[in-house]
Amino acid sequence: MNAPLTIQQLLPELDHTHLDWLEEEAIFILRETVAAFERPALLFSGGKDSCVVLRLAEKAFKSKQADGSYKGRLPFPLLHVDTGHNFPEVIEFRDRRVAEMGERLVVGHLEDSIKRGTVRLSHPLESRNGHQTVALLEAIEEHRFDVLMGGARRDEEKARAKERIFSHRDSFGQWQPKEQRPELWTLFNTRIKPGEHMRAFPISNWTELDVWLYIARENIPLPSLYFAHPREVIRRKGLLVPLTEVTPAEPGESIETAQVRFRTVGDMTCTCPVESPAASATDIVAETLKVTISERGATRMDDRTSDASMERRKKEGYF
Amino acid sequence: MAPLATPPVAKDHRALRFLTAGSVDDGKSTLIGRLLYDSRAILADQLDTLEKKAAGAPIDLSLLTDGLEAEREQGITIDVAYRYFATKQRKFIIADAPGHEQYTRNMVTAAAGSDAAVVLVDITKLDTTVKPVKLLPQTRRHALLAHLLRVPSIVFAVNKLDAVDNPGEAFAAVRDALLDFAERAGITVAEIIPVSALRGDNVTQPLQADWYDGPSLLQLLERLPPTQERKDGDLLLPVQYVAREGEGTGNQPRTLWGRIAHGRVKAGDSVQLFPSGQTAVVAEVRLAGEVVDVVEAGQSAGVVLDRQLDVSRGDWIATPKAIHEANRFSATLAWLDTEPAAIGRKYWVRHGNRWVQARITGIESTLDIHTLEAREAHQLHVNEIGTVTVETQQPLPVEAYESNRIGGSLIIVDPASNRTSGALLVKSAG
Repeated sequence: MNAPLTIQQLLPELDHTHLDWLEEEAIFILRETVAAFERPALLFSGGKDSCVVLRLAEKAFKSKQADGSYKGRLPFPLLHVDTGHNFPEVIEFRDRRVAEMGERLVVGHLEDSIKRGTVRLSHPLESRNGHQTVALLEAIEEHRFDVLMGGARRDEEKARAKERIFSHRDSFGQWQPKEQRPELWTLFNTRIKPGEHMRAFPISNWTELDVWLYIARENIPLPSLYFAHPREVIRRKGLLVPLTEVTPAEPGESIETAQVRFRTVGDMTCTCPVESPAASATDIVAETLKVTISERGATRMDDRTSDASMERRKKEGYF
Repeated sequence: MAPLATPPVAKDHRALRFLTAGSVDDGKSTLIGRLLYDSRAILADQLDTLEKKAAGAPIDLSLLTDGLEAEREQGITIDVAYRYFATKQRKFIIADAPGHEQYTRNMVTAAAGSDAAVVLVDITKLDTTVKPVKLLPQTRRHALLAHLLRVPSIVFAVNKLDAVDNPGEAFAAVRDALLDFAERAGITVAEIIPVSALRGDNVTQPLQADWYDGPSLLQLLERLPPTQERKDGDLLLPVQYVAREGEGTGNQPRTLWGRIAHGRVKAGDSVQLFPSGQTAVVAEVRLAGEVVDVVEAGQSAGVVLDRQLDVSRGDWIATPKAIHEANRFSATLAWLDTEPAAIGRKYWVRHGNRWVQARITGIESTLDIHTLEAREAHQLHVNEIGTVTVETQQPLPVEAYESNRIGGSLIIVDPASNRTSGALLVKSAG
């Protein structure tokens, strides 16, 4: 194998002080969150954005050892909402990382919400992505979290582009886009009433490319799904649908094996891989520089239904 | 303005954050769409959506930015949207601020974090035959807001030059009016640039016209400086978060974290704490998870002191005797709440990382954006800017906003609704 490319080789014109600046801003926001609230939690799905936030949290709250590892414990638990339709590789990675780091993990199970009757599926294989909101809000209530940190980025989607770094949620967990608080300098207004909570987005200002540059620079471990591997897929409406027990082939469709990677990992029912030979973070940086389709456009089935589907879900309390 | 021989390169590769402002329909969304489109930041699936909507007609670039349902319904921008693009020389973060007067609070939000402001001027809305040309109120308001918030570079982009008969003459007339307005308001203008966002003239590609030899908008953005922190002089560090090593006894060393407002600090320096007045010597300074030699303005630094003192979030660490405290000060107030500012009512204010109760003890004047004169006033309504006096329940180490953004800025919060009601910019203490 060739020696891995450095960021400077890939993007010689930029000297990447902007990555230091983004890191600095994110660490500042993480510390602000922990200082200003009583019961914070970090949303950790095992996805690349939450892996980046997890590394930033280590830098904000732990001390670095000579071997490059971080000593100490984060001042908050990690929270994952398991839809029951997660990729097994991701759940395995999540549990391994949490154990290695010695952190606390709280899991909210969508299955429990279904059993409780707070989530009713219209059919058994319905996408569970939107229903996550119910399980998430139930977990917030159960554990009385007053702020959730997450890896959402403003470059992902038009409704996300509008969201503040500290985003207020009312007592129903809802986002009111017209009522957003002005966000002045870094004087965040973190005051909330009982029953309300905040969402905090430390990597709001990062792009998909920044995330990959940072993963490459920091050597951040990720689930194997993100890197090129052979997988059985079905070609459907311009997307590559992974063959899983919840996304079976429909009559007349043929199954093929392709070399793929995932640009984003979510619920199995709505997350698609892209064809790619990229086997390392630097390969992916090089590929992202040339990419012509947005992250969600290439990989998500459920965002395509309408221009406002993300906004509507966010208003209901979706992350 | 001399022609640019070689494309200038910004010395600092931090992203440049700039906001776009201007009246409704001045073409902000189209301009941003054009910047994103011409710099290839629009991806194929996003273009596909626009092409379907256009149904054969030229695509509407403004549709790229309005992200909320209510915005698409009404065809206006309500809230700030953030956009990202990069050229070979620099990364950019655009804060797309709304033009409607009723959403001025969002314009203030965009300006508070920006290195530059691009104020759009729609030349088709102005009568350029009558001199001096009369500018629109929103042009003045947005330029003034950007100036009051000390956005380092203010740029005017005179748009829709494709829609006037004699663009060179029309541009010159508007340029004179802008320079005259800026001079009277005390605004330093970084540049006045003619553009056609619709056609793409002088946005990313230089204008081919004998009456203009300045830079294109993108060339200018590539060379504007990002906000510079003051690394010299006294140390001022607001304590954001106190971290204890490990758990248990309470006697472990504590790291006092905060973003340095100005100055620098290293091990061995003497410091004084505010409000306690206690002094100590710095034992160690940290950056993220590591001990370093020195930390300076703009960095989120950790300071470990040589002795155990009672320090908490909201306190300040400073060079001894550098802090001047005050519990009364005069400030510019940008009022952002639909409920008017009330004299005597108790509000919360946040200065640095400290929340204290405060009241507005007097409203001296409001700024008339047409005449630029201070008018006598007793109330401050939404979207108005005035000069007020403020009294705080505890003294604060306020500084003039003009010399320091961090020491001179406060937010004012309504205790009943928790809404952020205003932005305070300190003029002078006492």
